[in-house]
Amino acid sequence: MSNHLNKIDGKKYNEMTNKYSKKSGIVKDCIMAFVFGGIICIIAQLFHDAIVSEKAAAIFGKITEENAKALTVMFMVFLGVLLTACNVYDEIGNIAGAGTIVPITGFANSMTSPAMEYKSEGFILGVGAQIFQVAGPVIVYGTAASVIVGFIYYLIK
Amino acid sequence: MDIVTKYLCVFAVGGILCTIAQILIDKTKLTPARILVLYVVSGVLLTAIGVYDYVVKIGHFGATIPLLGFGYSLCKGVFKAVDEFGFRGIFTGGLADVASGIVTALLLALTAALVSKPKSKKQ
Repeated sequence: MSNHLNKIDGKKYNEMTNKYSKKSGIVKDCIMAFVFGGIICIIAQLFHDAIVSEKAAAIFGKITEENAKALTVMFMVFLGVLLTACNVYDEIGNIAGAGTIVPITGFANSMTSPAMEYKSEGFILGVGAQIFQVAGPVIVYGTAASVIVGFIYYLIK
Repeated sequence: MDIVTKYLCVFAVGGILCTIAQILIDKTKLTPARILVLYVVSGVLLTAIGVYDYVVKIGHFGATIPLLGFGYSLCKGVFKAVDEFGFRGIFTGGLADVASGIVTALLLALTAALVSKPKSKKQ
């Protein structure tokens, strides 16, 4: 078996990986991303519609639309962290691809999984620093963009 | 709009936004981190020029749950704050609007690190 593998040189190996990775198929990837991404958004919409429904208002009191939206995002973050902590999220991600990366649950996952992984390197430079591995750039460039846009808006307002 | 149409729109818009990311991953070899940054910045810019409002109107949470919605919140927040506080709002508005999401993720991720172990990678 190992002999057989050794016979494959670098070029041939590249050809093979290209062939097989294409076979797994961009179409299939896209369908999976579409379905899982859609489902995650549906869950958020269901949660939101449930907490603003009249039944919920009767029990917990009426909440403003703004609070309902924030609560929904918090709930989705909670789901993302919970599934990551149970080591389920990455399994789903193997099937769903971008469908689990792009929603806010993926953002929560991108903070939780390094936090868990780097625990062995201590809580300051392990967990504390690595938690922002992906979330850091997102926050940095998102905020920078918002400041630029805000500045222009301030000037032309 | 009846409820079935609404949920179909949520599903479709959320799905399409994820599919675009999937195409970018497959075709351009962009890493997921780059995709997320690209999505947030695009969200801010699309909201600033007024396009994303329409997407949100059609897609509801299908538009705000993907990371483009994070950019949408950043931009909406900064506009609101500039209206309210003037110059200071440029700096406070963006993060204020997404703070609840970030802080929730931060605290829960920290808790997860305390109580949970990553599954050892299969060799």
